[in-house]
Amino acid sequence: MKEPAITDAIIAKHGITPEEYARIRGILGRDPNFTELGIFSVMWSEHCSYKNSRPELKKFPVTGERILVKAGEENAGVLDVGDGWAVAFKIESHNHPSAIEPFQGAATGVGGIIRDIFTMGARPVFLLDSLRFGPINQNVPGSAANRHLLSGVVSGIAHYGNCIGLPTVGGETWFDETYAGNPLVNVFCLGVLRHEQIARGAAKGVGNPVFYVGAETGRDGLAGAAFASRELTEESKEDRPAVQVGDPFREKLLLEACLELLASGCVAGIQDMGAAGLTCSTCETASRGGSGIDVDLDLVPKREDGMTPYEILLSESQERMLVIVNKGQEDSVREIFEKWDLPYAQIGRVTDDGIMRIRAGGQVVAEIPASSLTDQAPVYHREAAPWVPPAPLDPASVPAIDNTDALLRLLSHPTLARKRWIWEQYDHMVRNGAVVGPGSDAAVFLARECGKLLAASVDGNGLITRLDPREGGRRCVAEAARNLACSGAVPLGATDNLNFGNPHKPEIFRQLRDSVEGMAEACRAFDTPVTGGNVSLYNENPTGPIDPTPVVAMVGLIEDEAHITRQSFRGPGDDVWLLGERTAGLDGSQFLLILHGRKEGRPPQTDLAAEVALQSALRDAIRAGLIRSAHDCAEGGIAVALAESAISGPELVGAEVDLPDDGRRDDESLFHEAPGRILVSSGRNQSAALEKHFADRGIPARRVGTTGGSHLVIRVRKADYRWPLGRLHSAWDKSLGDLMDTVAEPLAAH
Amino acid sequence: MKVAVLRFPGSNCDQDCLRTLRDSFGEKAEPVWHKDTSVTGFDAIIVPGGFSYGDYLRCGAIARYSPVMRAVADEAARGTPVLGICNGFQILCEAGLLPGALVRNRGLHFICRQTHLRLENNTSPFTRAGSIGQILRVPIAHGEGCYFADEETLRALEDRNRIAFRYCDADGAVTAAANPNGSLGNIAGILNEAGNVLGMMPHPERACEERLGSADGRLVFESLLGTALAATL
Repeated sequence: MKEPAITDAIIAKHGITPEEYARIRGILGRDPNFTELGIFSVMWSEHCSYKNSRPELKKFPVTGERILVKAGEENAGVLDVGDGWAVAFKIESHNHPSAIEPFQGAATGVGGIIRDIFTMGARPVFLLDSLRFGPINQNVPGSAANRHLLSGVVSGIAHYGNCIGLPTVGGETWFDETYAGNPLVNVFCLGVLRHEQIARGAAKGVGNPVFYVGAETGRDGLAGAAFASRELTEESKEDRPAVQVGDPFREKLLLEACLELLASGCVAGIQDMGAAGLTCSTCETASRGGSGIDVDLDLVPKREDGMTPYEILLSESQERMLVIVNKGQEDSVREIFEKWDLPYAQIGRVTDDGIMRIRAGGQVVAEIPASSLTDQAPVYHREAAPWVPPAPLDPASVPAIDNTDALLRLLSHPTLARKRWIWEQYDHMVRNGAVVGPGSDAAVFLARECGKLLAASVDGNGLITRLDPREGGRRCVAEAARNLACSGAVPLGATDNLNFGNPHKPEIFRQLRDSVEGMAEACRAFDTPVTGGNVSLYNENPTGPIDPTPVVAMVGLIEDEAHITRQSFRGPGDDVWLLGERTAGLDGSQFLLILHGRKEGRPPQTDLAAEVALQSALRDAIRAGLIRSAHDCAEGGIAVALAESAISGPELVGAEVDLPDDGRRDDESLFHEAPGRILVSSGRNQSAALEKHFADRGIPARRVGTTGGSHLVIRVRKADYRWPLGRLHSAWDKSLGDLMDTVAEPLAAH
Repeated sequence: MKVAVLRFPGSNCDQDCLRTLRDSFGEKAEPVWHKDTSVTGFDAIIVPGGFSYGDYLRCGAIARYSPVMRAVADEAARGTPVLGICNGFQILCEAGLLPGALVRNRGLHFICRQTHLRLENNTSPFTRAGSIGQILRVPIAHGEGCYFADEETLRALEDRNRIAFRYCDADGAVTAAANPNGSLGNIAGILNEAGNVLGMMPHPERACEERLGSADGRLVFESLLGTALAATL
């Protein structure tokens, strides 16, 4: 077969700069051929090499007592959870594919992150998702396209997760015009394993056979990694072949077969074929193993005839794995693949020369030092624009509105409304572990394999990050930790997903740098090392970059089932307390955005030391049995937090609350979003103990009211706001479903 | 009691069923691979939920051809209790062990939520521990759970007391609003003519512990246990 000659145009089309090309020539000592150029272009894409973000990622704390596999070492980090058990977890984005083809884009995102987890030898047990879409309210221009994206993404996640039998037990979804046309789809997966079951993605043992198993390779998803490393344009739709098609049934078979295989002791190394497919898995395993690898593409199971080496190597067909088998145990491996009816082939062997050598048609078609692809990718220190802090909001510029109506409007806004329309489409109950399912501060999951109660929360706030990237970074970590604390858990570690625009723009790079620094600072404060994550850059649509949206998923452990705490009030007659006394203006609040259409102000800053003390004191109070419910005050301020505590439980429970006079306007007192505040309820006979508990620890705690009645009543200074619980519930519970299901619009064919 | 839990490629509630039987009831339960040609020596057989063969064709349409299903039919004919849950119900319908079909939910979405069920039959091996009209809280999780059958079949189910459960509201009223998927007659579970095969869309194995939201599903397993016990006396 004849390959195209290498021209400047072809080099540029591969996203390779002249400097990078010179570097490739230096490594090879010659010009690359077309196939080799393709290999370099995907391996040196941002998606695979983190060339623009790597210096920033190094700022994250990655070590800790519980770390068994560190960030960057393998497909996912692994943390000790005690008694010889461990958890492997990671979050990953599939933003660009989902923008083009929401159903398959989201579905294959789920498939990819699940493979990352079982590649580690872990049994995946649950998922979380963090989603962002443009406005879906009917009066907004373009909202039909956003509804189409939401609908497609949710059904894509449901399709894959439900079929494979993994519950999606929590998540978050926000709606804002910044994400129109560039939705964010970040999916988290967690698996459990014994310490001794940790599998490595290294090609070890010279002469060991290399097996390919899973779906046949086709032309789908050609060079998706390179595609994901570009901005979305009007023409991106033509990239549709770069979006893969998912087959969750095949993945379920692959999952079961791989876990059986790993348990058999036949495996020397294992690696999934995700981004950059066969290329990435072969050179990464060789590079990690300090070995070489020799693969014959003629032996690769293929879906169609006439595929070129370039296409086979760059295909991102889903549900495929590369397995390095201990020599002599090939038959046991074949038996397992045959039991599960999976296509497989022995396609090569491990060598000792450090070279990734690819053959086809009896010829060597590519010959590249494996480590040059993984370790010698260029690293860019991008230019950052100087930061000009935003001006604080002038309260006088915010016209007073009807605050009673405002709470109802906030609760019915898709960002704050109940996400039942989404999570009822996910099988969140399979595996019988969702002790606290979707809709509370953190999900609590009983991993039956090890009997551990795990808590997990995923958080990000693009608006705050836009206004103040460093604070946005701190805020999402502090909020995730706070959500875990509210559920009674001790945080163990975190995984991050950095969703940003084009880092070549100094303004964007500054956002990336500052928010990573904020996240890193907070992770150190909470002693939650980052175990790995994902970077998604070039999130731009024709109108500009998205608001920078770092997202963090944090995992915690609940020591005793009795410590599990929910956000909803438990019944009448309890005291309501506010922990952490802070006040602020409406800067960066959802109130200001949703009701006044303004993204403005200087967001109130997270005080990390105070946060750590607050959360630790709350956990102690939970352990002491003083807490009946706990809820983080976040988006929508204390008014929304009170409403959610009143209406999110199995029974509606009213409350009467007097907010302290903080010398501000009523709308500020009700809706400001100063971090570091937690709303708890406690049995009346425990008031004295609770007061002393927090006083002893120097944590401001104020009794603000009592639960009971058919209304939520909030008194601020002279005003007396009251809402019938039924109205709050209906505004919060029904709005998303009403928006999505009552609009008749054709869905794109899947 | 010793229970067989079938395992098809794509089954994903098999582990939940095994664990529930072992951990919540202390019974013996064993997985049986779909390629096996016999399923003898068990007191009951469970066809669990999941997406057998991905459900890319009609749900259960391929699984019914697995070798083990012939053995299941033989055992059913011999009177062994067979319980199909969710995808298992779909498979039993495709295999002809139960009448009717499960079609796409009325609202077209997959739905996972708690539902209320009204117990309509308390003579079967799966429901004998209950009383007629008893209300159970048991979750559903399916995209194709809308029960459909022709009028004649429906009449036969009604007349011969073969409807085991109907969706109802918290007070036991069988209403359209309480019907999550559009099933005819709010049907959530049906029995075969002999009464020893039950298919139900709700998942009783997910409702055996209060901490998961409900323990009402225990009734199904307790009934089975009572049946097995009675058989050995």
